[in-house]
Amino acid sequence: MAYVPLADQDHELHDPHTFITKYVWSQDHKVIAIQYGSTAICVGLVALILSMMMRLQLGFPDSFTLIAPSSYYQAVTMHGMIMVVYLLTALFLGGFGNYLIPLMCGTRDMVFPYLNMLSFWVYLLSVLILMSSFFVTGGPTGAGWTLYPPQTITPGTPGHDTGILLMLISLGVFIVAFTMGGLNYVTTVLQARAKGLTMMRLPLSVWGILVATILGLFAFPALLVSAIMMTFDLTLGTSFFMPAIMAAGEQLDYNGGSPILFQHLFWFFGHPEVYIVALPAFGLVSDVLATHARKNIFGYRMMVWAIIAIGGLSFIVWAHHMYVSGMNPYFGFFFATTTLIIAVPTAMKVYNWVLTLWEGDIRLNTPMLFAIGFVFTFIHGGLTGLFLGNVVIDLPLSDTYFVVAHFHMVMGVSPVLVLFASLYHWYPKITGRMMNETLGKVHFWCTFLGTYAIYLPMHYLGFLGVPRRYYAMGSTDFIPESAQTLNANITLAALFVATAQILFFINVFWSLRNGKPSGNNPWGATSLEWQTPETPPKHGNWGPEMPVVHRWAYDYSVPGYPQDFIPQNVPGDFGVSEDHDHDTDMVKGPLAK
Amino acid sequence: MSFYKNVTAKPWEYTSPTLGTGPESAFQSPSERIALTLFLVVVGVIFSLLAVSYYVRMELGDWVPMADPTLLWVNTAFLIVSSVLFQLARNTAQGANFLRARTLFVGAGLFAIFFVIGQALAWQQLGNNGFNVAHGPASAFFYLLTGMHALHIVGGLWVWSKTTWRFFNQSELSNVKLSVELCTTYWHFLLVLWVFIFAVLANT
Repeated sequence: MAYVPLADQDHELHDPHTFITKYVWSQDHKVIAIQYGSTAICVGLVALILSMMMRLQLGFPDSFTLIAPSSYYQAVTMHGMIMVVYLLTALFLGGFGNYLIPLMCGTRDMVFPYLNMLSFWVYLLSVLILMSSFFVTGGPTGAGWTLYPPQTITPGTPGHDTGILLMLISLGVFIVAFTMGGLNYVTTVLQARAKGLTMMRLPLSVWGILVATILGLFAFPALLVSAIMMTFDLTLGTSFFMPAIMAAGEQLDYNGGSPILFQHLFWFFGHPEVYIVALPAFGLVSDVLATHARKNIFGYRMMVWAIIAIGGLSFIVWAHHMYVSGMNPYFGFFFATTTLIIAVPTAMKVYNWVLTLWEGDIRLNTPMLFAIGFVFTFIHGGLTGLFLGNVVIDLPLSDTYFVVAHFHMVMGVSPVLVLFASLYHWYPKITGRMMNETLGKVHFWCTFLGTYAIYLPMHYLGFLGVPRRYYAMGSTDFIPESAQTLNANITLAALFVATAQILFFINVFWSLRNGKPSGNNPWGATSLEWQTPETPPKHGNWGPEMPVVHRWAYDYSVPGYPQDFIPQNVPGDFGVSEDHDHDTDMVKGPLAK
Repeated sequence: MSFYKNVTAKPWEYTSPTLGTGPESAFQSPSERIALTLFLVVVGVIFSLLAVSYYVRMELGDWVPMADPTLLWVNTAFLIVSSVLFQLARNTAQGANFLRARTLFVGAGLFAIFFVIGQALAWQQLGNNGFNVAHGPASAFFYLLTGMHALHIVGGLWVWSKTTWRFFNQSELSNVKLSVELCTTYWHFLLVLWVFIFAVLANT
């Protein structure tokens, strides 16, 4: 008997009947995706509030005395860890990965639905453990999201006894959840694609999420190992990372450990982690750009190879986070070189996005605006990364606001713009309704211009030498008073942007009931998820017949074809014919002006 | 299609119609085997990083080598027997002898349980002799490495127990064959891992 993967067996994999099995203990990838997404966004809102508290402290340190220095560092740490790991990683991979992979691959569900369900609940557990650290004695850890020893577990750092323990346990639990999910995503993409759907016909969203998942499977072990060893140091008195050290006037019982070892392990995880966030964003934005420009993504194969190259190279750049750690300068040269090399495939992707837009039939609807906004902000953030990637320039810029501005641009602004683009783009598929365009456009302009207002001036603060992770700038000889004014303005911009996000949430909930019904394929997109017989897709996704794929995911504006897109599952050869004139033969698709 | 043909294909060109249904798969193996392989890669990365940390820590000046309890050799023997029994169970499961396969499978798990108990006893021995976790970096790593390994054995025993349950609650070999194969692969991996860990611990 031939082996049939779970996701393609004809009988029901899991047959939910009750409310609980359909919407709570659900093994359906769509439900799990929404569970992941909602949890991630909720915990992201917590982190957003923390960032507002930080900005209020920084902008108005004298008038705003609510936050003590230790609380400030706790906010910094929790904001960073939540945003990077529990929001961005979980939302891109757990949220979009879960929703899109089976649909884009033309399969009924993930290959291991039960494991998929487990991965969400374990993720939720990790979030709850992390949130509980707000309520213990001493509060959450204030060590910075990088959790560097020895300070993380010495007295003087907030949360150095219980808060950090809960953080480390939560990270361990998250890694277990991630591994379970990751096994699902990779196996499904490799093994359970629809007939005719070769790897090189996959939409770039799937490629981005696939490579990011593989990166995660290789990189998270480094975090796990360092978290376990730090837990040992904290609870059992070992000295993996703890050197001989005095705290509060007393010699602690540690000896001989290496804080640098932790930094190496952490950044061996930490750098791939940022690509785990960035690669799905690259993939998703490619699909949004292609769909709304009615053009194939420029250089598809190069985009695939660039994703793979970036993934591979991301493992040999980690010590560019450690130029000022005191390591051998020759190591710095090596890592600076590899960092510059990784900029090459990344830049090629940027060129290809721009070339996709070039002479395209661009529809400036909300998802497209956010996608173009991504291209702007990512170029910006990536360029500042080149500065920081060079050892010599990094020396004065390290641990200043220049770094903060850089990573917020590339991690906070650009992927979040992609998240919004993707949410606006796929909302019709998930809910069967369109979101309100006016509200969406207002949301876009407020967010796009507002985040520039926050981070553009912040680079200048970094040049001046304003250090990061200081709860107040204080007065120094080398930082002028006007820098504090700049800080205050940045705070006002941040408050404005944070408030503007309310528009998005209003739009999401309002459109659930009052949005225009979308039909199956409102954007005229080619990829498989838009070809489901029902929207939102019912359990099982495809009805009785599984799709068969005949073409790649980017047959937009094919000359000679009556519509300006050809879905992947439409058979037939519509190749360019020599005696057709490109301009006169095209009949526009559903969104044509 | 060969890997080369796959990557040099021009996906925008139309190819002849695809016939039939059924998934496009990169590998012929069952999905569970792919997932296990991936998982074993992850476990391999974890222990590689632990080994790197071990060697880095060893260079840091305060390293005092620690003698390993001789009980570890006995435990190693248990783990080898366990792997052998798993392999025999796997071979038997390819055929039709349900009862023999079941006995071998259960026996394999039992020896793995002996291994875990033996490791716990070794820990106790070390503790009684004053080599607790915080005694020094060598002992810390001893407990960490053996503990992580034993944790993975215990995880495997959880899967083993579920398959054993299935062995006793129905009588079709085909329903447990894949699980037996995968358990065997997992156990062989953990045995090889243990040999490496033991070698590293014993030589430093």
